[in-house]
Amino acid sequence: MTLSRRSASTALGLIAAMSMTSAAVSEELTIATVNNGDMIRMQGLTDDFTEKTGHTVEWVTLEENVLRQRVTTDISTKGGAFDLMTIGMYETPIWAKNGWLVPLDDLSDEYNVDDLLPAMANGLSYDGTLYAAPFYGESSMIMYRTDLMEKAGLTMPDAPTWDFIKEAAIAMTDRDNEINGICLRGKAGWGEGGAFITAMSNSFGARWFDENWKPQFDTQPWADTLNFYVDLMSKAGPPGYATNGFNENLSLFQQGKCGMWIDATVAASFVTNPNESTVADKVGFALAPDNGLGKRSNWLWAWALAIPAGTEKEAAAKEFIEWATSTSYIELVAEKEGWANVPPGARTSLYDNPDYQSVPFAKMTLDSILSADPNNPTVDPVPYVGIQFAAIPEFAGIATEVSQEFSAVYAGQQTVEEALEKAQALTTDAMEAAGY
Amino acid sequence: MARAVTTNRKLINTLIAWAIGLLIFFPILWTILTSFKTEAQAISDPPVFLFFDWTLENYSIVQERSNYMRFLWNSIIIAGGSTVLGLIVAVPAAWSMAFVPSKRTKDILLWMLSTKMLPAVGVLYPIYLIFIELGILDTRAGLVIVLMLINLPIIVWMLYTYFKEIPGEILEAARMDGASLKDEILYVLTPMAVPGIASTLLLNFILAWNEAFWTLNLTAAKAAPLTAFIASYSSPEGLFYAKLSAASTMAIAPILVLGWFSQKQLVRGLTFGAVK
Repeated sequence: MTLSRRSASTALGLIAAMSMTSAAVSEELTIATVNNGDMIRMQGLTDDFTEKTGHTVEWVTLEENVLRQRVTTDISTKGGAFDLMTIGMYETPIWAKNGWLVPLDDLSDEYNVDDLLPAMANGLSYDGTLYAAPFYGESSMIMYRTDLMEKAGLTMPDAPTWDFIKEAAIAMTDRDNEINGICLRGKAGWGEGGAFITAMSNSFGARWFDENWKPQFDTQPWADTLNFYVDLMSKAGPPGYATNGFNENLSLFQQGKCGMWIDATVAASFVTNPNESTVADKVGFALAPDNGLGKRSNWLWAWALAIPAGTEKEAAAKEFIEWATSTSYIELVAEKEGWANVPPGARTSLYDNPDYQSVPFAKMTLDSILSADPNNPTVDPVPYVGIQFAAIPEFAGIATEVSQEFSAVYAGQQTVEEALEKAQALTTDAMEAAGY
Repeated sequence: MARAVTTNRKLINTLIAWAIGLLIFFPILWTILTSFKTEAQAISDPPVFLFFDWTLENYSIVQERSNYMRFLWNSIIIAGGSTVLGLIVAVPAAWSMAFVPSKRTKDILLWMLSTKMLPAVGVLYPIYLIFIELGILDTRAGLVIVLMLINLPIIVWMLYTYFKEIPGEILEAARMDGASLKDEILYVLTPMAVPGIASTLLLNFILAWNEAFWTLNLTAAKAAPLTAFIASYSSPEGLFYAKLSAASTMAIAPILVLGWFSQKQLVRGLTFGAVK
């Protein structure tokens, strides 16, 4: 009897301990993210994560700029409102340097961190340590209308030059039928038109700063870049291109009003989707153009998951990262929504997969990502990391102002020379004020 | 003849009023129409106005993806709470300024208004840190307090203007009849100022409902109101206008209905004292 009472009490103790343990490991994670298709898909599949781990997830979905401001405020004040954040390649090294992020140096063997594309892993690391896991990655490439190219009597090479792009754009332009030879970003904003022109300038031999952090807008390559862009767009671009960003150009391309569009590789799935695009079956892909100087005009970006330092749910947050950026998650999406909808650009194994190789834009996306090197983005050496940005805290503010000056050129409000002069002056002032 | 001129003028005035009204309402109408289009129709060039294939698909997607009722409930609590709390503080404040003014009353009123001239982002960090210290980040109580403080100058100003129109002699008579300060405010002043208080309440409820800086920056998942619900449908990469319009229509619908049913009270209150 005594024994059985002891046994009963031991059993009760065990049950209590187990329920306490279960309560302790079952966490509710709050995750801040952007409203991109891949992220929304992930939200829809969260039940799989909950089923496997017992953790639940609260999503905070915000517009990109609002998200950036929101998570920056929270992480810099150690607010603790979020257990996981969706951040990009620009923020990761800066925040890691400030000690704001948890290093991801103890992910499990099953996660296979070596499978991450080296370009992505490098861009999301600081001092050789990974601080954010890529959920999806992108570069930029040319998307073009195969029918219009054929009609123009031209053949798009896999790796064209800017001179060819200009020739093709002019040949494809048909103003009477509202067909513009080329659609490019012109909208002000460091992540919009600023990202495009910076990546383009790399192929012209330009750079933001020399090795001593001296701004370089007073050099010939920048003048060449802007003059080429303005000339190209005035001859073959859509009206009002100064205010066009990703979505505006996507809309034009999908309506059959662009011969070519150079933009994020993620757009390939939109323009080839017959439910959204009127030209879905007439789209070809090529690497972003160059000028024979050894650097192409494609960028590199990743939306990645990072854990703010100080969160009380670090272990559960790491479990989420391992789930969301794993190969099994990719397989889950493929099973539910098809291979064309899996998050691209993060893992090498995805591109070895024969099922994924049959997706029309898979190879060009990978080639574009592989041809981008954020550690050596320019023809001449630079002191910064990043292709369409320089990973320093001051860059976002400066580049937004510079891109506003450039957009004023596109809108015909000032000359290229005036814009470059102002860009040089404002960048010099800001860098001096920041102590460079 | 004179009668004909008056009729013509009335007709012209009516037409002008309708034209201005429609012009102001057009963005809302366009948003509502866009919410029934497909994403492709939403961005088509030239734009389609009425003749398109109407669809409820966007509403269905929004319903499926977001917990609308939670956002709505948060909006009601935050807007309602901040407005009621604001009135509780502002009625005595406006009473004292209107009926027992001091040398500094006008200065105080102007100083209160001057707090509205500071860009909100200028005090984001201090307020965020205070919220962390008090443990009220991402709570409805925290937002009620902040929105009450933000709208307080407007509430006090509006009530002060209405109270100034009420003859002080009536309050004096109540006092002579033995009314206490509480009785004077509650049973004499308040009933006479009902139109003014009602319009103040409605206007501040609308202001709090639409406030999109603090509600986005001080919330995460738990206390986020409809402004955060709308913000979640804007996308940097991918078409979103139709879904965003559906979310916006769902967010403004309650306040539109409220405004429609209370428009008489609102106009009466806003024009209170305008014509003597």
